[in-house]
Amino acid sequence: MIHQFDTVIVGSGGAGLYAALEASQKSKTAVLSKLYPVRSHTGAAQGGISAALGNVEEDKPEWHAFDTVKGGDYLVDQQAAKILTEEALQAVYDLENRGLPFNRTPEGRIDQRRFGGHTRNFGEGPVRRACYAADRTGHMILQTLYQQCIKNEVAFFDEFQVVDLLLDGTTTQGVVAVELATGELHVFAAKAVLFATGGFGRIFKITSNAYANTGDGPAVCARRGIPLEDMEFFQFHPTGIMGLGILISEAVRGEGGILRNRDGERFMQRYSPTLLDLAPRDIVARSILTEIRAGQGIRGDRKIDDYVHLDATHLGKAVLSSKLPDITGFCKTYLGIDPAETAIPVLPTAHYAMGGIPTDVNGRVIMDGAGTIVDGLYAAGECACVSVHGANRLGTNSLLDLVVFGRRAGQHIGGYVKQADMPQPDATAADQARAFIDRLTDGSSGPHGGHITDEMQTTMMEKVGIYRNEKEMQAAVDEIKALRQRYRSVRVQDTAKPFNTDLLEIIELGNLLDLSLLTAAAALDRRESRGAHSREDFSERDDGNWLKHSLAYLEGDTVRLDYKAVDTSIWEPKPRTY
Amino acid sequence: MNIILNIQRYNPDVDDAPYFQEFNVEVGPNQRLLDALMLVKRFQDGSLGFRKSCAHGVCGSDAMRINGKDGLACTTLVKEVAQHDGDTVTLEPLRYLPVQRDLIVNQAEFFKKYRSVKPFLINDEPVAEKERIQSQDERMQFDDTTNCILCASCYSACPVLQDNTDFLGPAAIAQAYRFIADTRDRGFDARLAVLDQPDGVWPCQNHFKCTQSCPRSILITKRINQTKRLIEKHKEKKADT
Repeated sequence: MIHQFDTVIVGSGGAGLYAALEASQKSKTAVLSKLYPVRSHTGAAQGGISAALGNVEEDKPEWHAFDTVKGGDYLVDQQAAKILTEEALQAVYDLENRGLPFNRTPEGRIDQRRFGGHTRNFGEGPVRRACYAADRTGHMILQTLYQQCIKNEVAFFDEFQVVDLLLDGTTTQGVVAVELATGELHVFAAKAVLFATGGFGRIFKITSNAYANTGDGPAVCARRGIPLEDMEFFQFHPTGIMGLGILISEAVRGEGGILRNRDGERFMQRYSPTLLDLAPRDIVARSILTEIRAGQGIRGDRKIDDYVHLDATHLGKAVLSSKLPDITGFCKTYLGIDPAETAIPVLPTAHYAMGGIPTDVNGRVIMDGAGTIVDGLYAAGECACVSVHGANRLGTNSLLDLVVFGRRAGQHIGGYVKQADMPQPDATAADQARAFIDRLTDGSSGPHGGHITDEMQTTMMEKVGIYRNEKEMQAAVDEIKALRQRYRSVRVQDTAKPFNTDLLEIIELGNLLDLSLLTAAAALDRRESRGAHSREDFSERDDGNWLKHSLAYLEGDTVRLDYKAVDTSIWEPKPRTY
Repeated sequence: MNIILNIQRYNPDVDDAPYFQEFNVEVGPNQRLLDALMLVKRFQDGSLGFRKSCAHGVCGSDAMRINGKDGLACTTLVKEVAQHDGDTVTLEPLRYLPVQRDLIVNQAEFFKKYRSVKPFLINDEPVAEKERIQSQDERMQFDDTTNCILCASCYSACPVLQDNTDFLGPAAIAQAYRFIADTRDRGFDARLAVLDQPDGVWPCQNHFKCTQSCPRSILITKRINQTKRLIEKHKEKKADT
């Protein structure tokens, strides 16, 4: 079936919905999502969205921009960070005006709290910058934007999985998608396509990410020749529930929670004397691992699954129930403990991709190191790389990123589609996608995806995790290549057409394997330590050779790496201490 | 331990009617029921159909009937539904919504009813300040209803829908209350047309099954009763003037 729209938005999390709200005012817009809209992973974001409102103490967008640049270990494009932090104020007010139920100050204004790496006056001490709705800020953003889409009658295609991008040279023609309900392929011809498909934490074994976070947008783009930027930078959140990886918000530490080792020591005072437990996430995650490796984990056996304690017992039941109710619930459900009485066992969990589809500050996709724009192709949110997060994202900046740049992309699309011609993809447009699906469903016997998924996630977790080295990353590249070979003989067990979730999971596995290879190869190539990319064999940051963004091109079974300059037009890179 | 999942299966292309199939799964007591389902899907039968995403109770994808009670597979631990080796856990799709495949139901009717209550802030007045001012007490008036993840557990649990499928249902009413009780909202009259109908708020008979099933601990029945009272008060006021 062939559809025609001015604009197709792929993904219905925060970035996709905000872009849809803007684009649908000015163009015929369809939102394609493999989930029902309110199921997207934006809803799992907990702690807050940062903006220098100054509602509870003095704050400035400039301080926020500096923190973002320093937090990203100077790999952030600085003019983009400036836009992010300046437009943050209006973005938060806009969400409130549209109904978002923020927590309030005694004066009835939007309340704000502390978060990791956010400081006053260029690093003097923590500042209250995170606007929040209990520990459900992402849920409230997702709900509010979906409510606004209902109000504005945005057209949704629920449970459509995009499997291919149609390009004519450097001009976008549309996408090809599988409809879950029928198994049929649909061609969506469109002047503009925006990918807002979220993250891909499912390449790792222990992750805070949803099953749906399989990087479908970046993988589809990579297979069509678009490079992915800064894939070696993947954030491990310091505090996931031990064993499960379920996120325990940084807001616990923002409200005063303390990380402790087996001696009960507040070990962060040795690693980050100024910010303590509110140091940026890469630093806290490494500190936890260093404690565990030194036998200072709670068990003390130095094993990779040892853990530390996140102590919130001194916060009291009132603070926990009014400001951190979901966290309290997760602890009760999954650990059988009350965080008001017992410390929470935590371990770093794979959380956020700083890298992704390269874009400019209007969400337009850039296809090479020379800055060539793909006409009509956009990306926003976690699947994109603007880059405002550089080598390490600050907490609360992801919700801000998707609101600010989802909105900007939607607005730019509104202008672009007015002057663009409606593409006419030919009858063969869906052929490549059809051949791929026909192979998976040809009835021949082959291995199922379950074991390949398991092995991929274990390899990435063990060999491309928090601490990295040449030998292990090379092994990871080799192992992922072998898994990609095995994937070619995978077949579905489900032969039915309607609601074939087996087929969808195998498509997702293919995406995860491609992104695993790009991540491992980019990490292997970068011979320095910066932000979340921490090498045992190159332990220092090396601005002379490596102050540059990577661009990883997927070329068959290999990855070609190129690099492009970082915008450091405001602040000179300096050593990063907290 | 080894438990038996007794799962309702249905493929509209080949099955005349739903049937049950048993799977043996090796799981720990502290694992999620969703983990057990994933073990079946990944290593025993890839054709098993169910929805899932976040796996920790915030996205609302994996609502189903678990031993006859509605809830999320990812917030139900194995030990809550099976204590011994060989125990059986029966899994069925949510009620009152057409089954599309195995545990997957068509949620169109549920979302249609939700959308009918105009679940968005209605207020065209210009904002005097940067944000609209709201006191902490005012904010807490509707707090629990903002937690709704639209999983439809309450809808499936509601005994009223058994006899009256046109009933608006608990989730939609709770979401109407979320805005009616918000001091920033001006949409009460616009929502009355849906709520003050024979199939609107009034069929609720206080069975409390919705409240008991809600994985987000929303006091749904209480919010429905508050909505009824607000409507009655509004009518009295209108009659007086």
